[in-house]
Amino acid sequence: MTEPVLAIRDLVVEFDTTDGVVHAVDGVSYEVYPGETLGVVGESGSGKSVTVMSALGLIQMPPGRIVRGEVVYKGRDIIGLPADELRKIRNKEIAMIFQDPMTSLNPVFTVGDQIAEALTAHNDQMSSDRARAETVGLLEMVGVPNPDRRFDQYPHEYSGGMRQRAMIAMAMANKPSVLIADEPTTALDVTIQAQVLEVMKLAAEETGAATIIITHDLGVVAEMADRITVMYGGKVVETGTVDQIYHTPRHPYTLGLMMSLPRITGEMKRLLPIPGNPPSLINRPPGCSFHPRCRMSEGRELCRTVIPDLISGAEDHPSACHFRDEVADELLREAAATGIAAHGGSLG
Amino acid sequence: MRPLRPGSPLTGAVLADRAISYDGQDGQTGNGVLDVEDLKVHFPIKEGLRRRVVGHVYAVDGISFRVGHSETLGLVGESGCGKSTTARAIIRLVNPTDGRVVFMGQDITTLPRKYLRPVRKSLQIVFQDPYASLNPRMTVREIVAEPLKIHGLWDDGGVDRVAELLRLVQLSPEHGNRFPHEFSGGQRQRIGVARALALNPRMLLLDEPVSALDVSIQAQVINLLMEIQEELELSYLFIAHDLSVVRHISHRLGVMYLGRIVEMGTRDEIFENPTHPYTQALLSAVPVPEPRGRETRERIVLRGDVPNPADPPSGCVFRTRCWKAQDICAVETPPLVEQFGHLVACHFAAPLEILSSTGDKA
Amino acid sequence: MTDQQVRADEALETEATRAALESVHLEGLEVQSLTQWQLARRKFFQHKLAMTSLVILTLVFLAAMFADFVAPYPFDATNVPDRSLAPTFEGLHIFGTDKIGRDYFSRTLYGTRTSMYVAFIVASVSTVLGIVIGGIAGYYGGKVDNLLMRLTDLFLTIPFLAILLVLSSFLGAGNPVRVAFILAFLFWTGLARIVRGEFLSLREKEFVEAAKVLGASDSRIIFRHILPNTAGPIIVNATLIVATAILVEAALSFLGFGIQPPFPALGKLISDGQDSLTTQWWLATFPGLTIVLIALCINFIGDGLRDALDPKQRIK
Repeated sequence: MTEPVLAIRDLVVEFDTTDGVVHAVDGVSYEVYPGETLGVVGESGSGKSVTVMSALGLIQMPPGRIVRGEVVYKGRDIIGLPADELRKIRNKEIAMIFQDPMTSLNPVFTVGDQIAEALTAHNDQMSSDRARAETVGLLEMVGVPNPDRRFDQYPHEYSGGMRQRAMIAMAMANKPSVLIADEPTTALDVTIQAQVLEVMKLAAEETGAATIIITHDLGVVAEMADRITVMYGGKVVETGTVDQIYHTPRHPYTLGLMMSLPRITGEMKRLLPIPGNPPSLINRPPGCSFHPRCRMSEGRELCRTVIPDLISGAEDHPSACHFRDEVADELLREAAATGIAAHGGSLG
Repeated sequence: MRPLRPGSPLTGAVLADRAISYDGQDGQTGNGVLDVEDLKVHFPIKEGLRRRVVGHVYAVDGISFRVGHSETLGLVGESGCGKSTTARAIIRLVNPTDGRVVFMGQDITTLPRKYLRPVRKSLQIVFQDPYASLNPRMTVREIVAEPLKIHGLWDDGGVDRVAELLRLVQLSPEHGNRFPHEFSGGQRQRIGVARALALNPRMLLLDEPVSALDVSIQAQVINLLMEIQEELELSYLFIAHDLSVVRHISHRLGVMYLGRIVEMGTRDEIFENPTHPYTQALLSAVPVPEPRGRETRERIVLRGDVPNPADPPSGCVFRTRCWKAQDICAVETPPLVEQFGHLVACHFAAPLEILSSTGDKA
Repeated sequence: MTDQQVRADEALETEATRAALESVHLEGLEVQSLTQWQLARRKFFQHKLAMTSLVILTLVFLAAMFADFVAPYPFDATNVPDRSLAPTFEGLHIFGTDKIGRDYFSRTLYGTRTSMYVAFIVASVSTVLGIVIGGIAGYYGGKVDNLLMRLTDLFLTIPFLAILLVLSSFLGAGNPVRVAFILAFLFWTGLARIVRGEFLSLREKEFVEAAKVLGASDSRIIFRHILPNTAGPIIVNATLIVATAILVEAALSFLGFGIQPPFPALGKLISDGQDSLTTQWWLATFPGLTIVLIALCINFIGDGLRDALDPKQRIK
């Protein structure tokens, strides 16, 4: 049984604002193993980004506050480490790429210089020639054409997709053990997105890094992930392999998401949206945070009063729902209503 | 013209208003509600102290299409393809450089503002950004009432009309007293829709109306738009980059690239029988929420980036990224003509099944 | 780790925190029934310095406006037996008297009243001018904008103040109202620039485009849509203008320009008293302190307003 490279355990993060205390992350646990890709899926307010940002010490405290929890990287809890140590880990061992490449790229330096600097900062012996050569190699790996020439160009001379790829190159430069991508392709056109996702897969393969991809795009995550964690209202509501999540979801929210997606193939009937709006993270609904919008709940008292734990059923993957067994039947009913193929309690 | 369903709350009001704003033109000519002919929008690039024109951005470079009664034409494409500019040119937020825009039989391409005002009652727009498209200092009631006030329709039953509109978009009339910042993105978008419907338009331009919304909310708004379309017999020009959304709501589709339409047909024709290489690449690139899809789908990954619209390639604008490109593609711009059952602009158009192998099998 | 990387990391932290908070607020996830104005008011009341300054300034304002009732003596009343008195409670000469027995508390009060008149006129006239010119320039852009901006530059570069003040000596010396109008022509330029900037950016906003598409007239767009959204920066700037106007007026009357006798002016009071600073220190000091107090109060109020109207500040 391999050990996870990075494990988040019962993380709770709050923010103090003029409107009250925001419970952004409410007891989140998941882990990622070497060589695998974990998809963290959720919508606005799910806490998917804040979780990793807090885990890596990227949130300012105040106004943020880690109430409890552990973040174990290679066996060591990194919460509470001094800032400069965290910084070292962040730049060498756990690399991040963001939705906006300009978060990592400084507009006043050439792209090549920035990547080379990432290399030399962590490798004292590396000469600048060697750094340049390696950088060009990295640029080539991520598919930037004419890498030798592009080395000396500035970020504004790169297109959006290329900047994203440069960011991936910079992240992979020091062969991190974990790559975390926060909505890496959301701002990109579909055809560019395809290129960038391909590059990410390649980079992960080449370096053997564990990848966490955070997104709201269920299509992207179906392509990239081996396992998936679904988040809602600051909590994890379901986690399983990509097959399990897409074909046999066991939480009404996950099911609701699947049913509300317009599809590019297959027979088409009405979309079945999840009613209502995302929950307030300040005034949270009592009991299960999803129950006000849950079609299955029907106002049952258990849903309204008791917060469900994330537990596995007999043969099932973990799901935080009191009535997880009913989800299978619900699946069949809703699939029939929307025209999505389903049999034997599973989609597709 | 399909009869309006009896019992729908707006039927009576709609019929009465429609009689006034139609001028009987729609039924007579038998043309589309909206006819766009060879529309061009070129933005001059100015430089220097004296603002000399040194070039143009060819945002929209000769597109033609028609939207019929109670029909949705989807316009898809990636950033820079000109689809948003097209909408803004039609609604005259930007002036067309060339071509014609004919709405309900009337040429509105260069119509002066004074004469454009009455047309505004019949042609409205819903914007992409639910946060920026509502004035943060106005209450929801004021926002939805504004079109009525501008066109002098407020005094006679305006309050009721606003309540009716809010109910139509599944908000409660009590919400009228609140300000936009108190609502979620999906709700704000509904307010925008209510505002657009206030004057009983015949057609709505929808510029990426659900792109900024969460997935679970997108479905709500899409359903709402489709219901309203059916109930009020509206025509839609639906602009989006998300192909699955477009597939759901459109009857017909146009695929745009760098200011041109490269393929156009019915929804099924485009999705099941794409013949233009760009359309095929687009369909192949869309991530499908189906894990097994990745192995079985035809994969086309385009190389390179979209060319600069200020300096488009000669001939076929797609040739720089097209795997089929030959010499003729640089010399002769392929016309948008009927091939394989629908319109496509390519010298080497050929059907290629991209999607049917994706995730339908158990 | 290089310095540059450390700085980049810190920027990242700020950005990540901001994004986290924004994503939570963006969805309207806390339904807040306070309007922007109510929120601003609440924030302003929490700003201690601003609130204190507001109280002090209100008291001074009331005292000055009702100088006729509050001041124990008329401005020019001489009372030779009580001349050159240091501040004392006798005879209510709490700011002392000068060589010919004029009560300086009263003089200061009347002087303050003049300053407030002037400040008010300057602020209102220049604000209106600034809004009109900046608004037209920003809304219509193009040639109109160019023209108006060149006009603004003209007012900034040519020493209009000097010219106008010299002229004013021919046109009716020292009258506060005239001086105020002249000064107003000096102060509108800054506000015009700001208003123009606001208009330029708001013009492109989608809700303004929506109004255009609905068929709204230009004036409706300007007054109903754009102006209400520029109120914040305009108010803050107008406040600063008031403070500056008071200081400038005092400086001018100190130098012998601007407001002249028989009209009371704080600056003139100071200049009158500057020769006797060592012997009769109270003559220059109290008017001077008054000016400082008023200017400080206005500045703090301005700070408070700026913080209150800043929409980004949601962190406690």
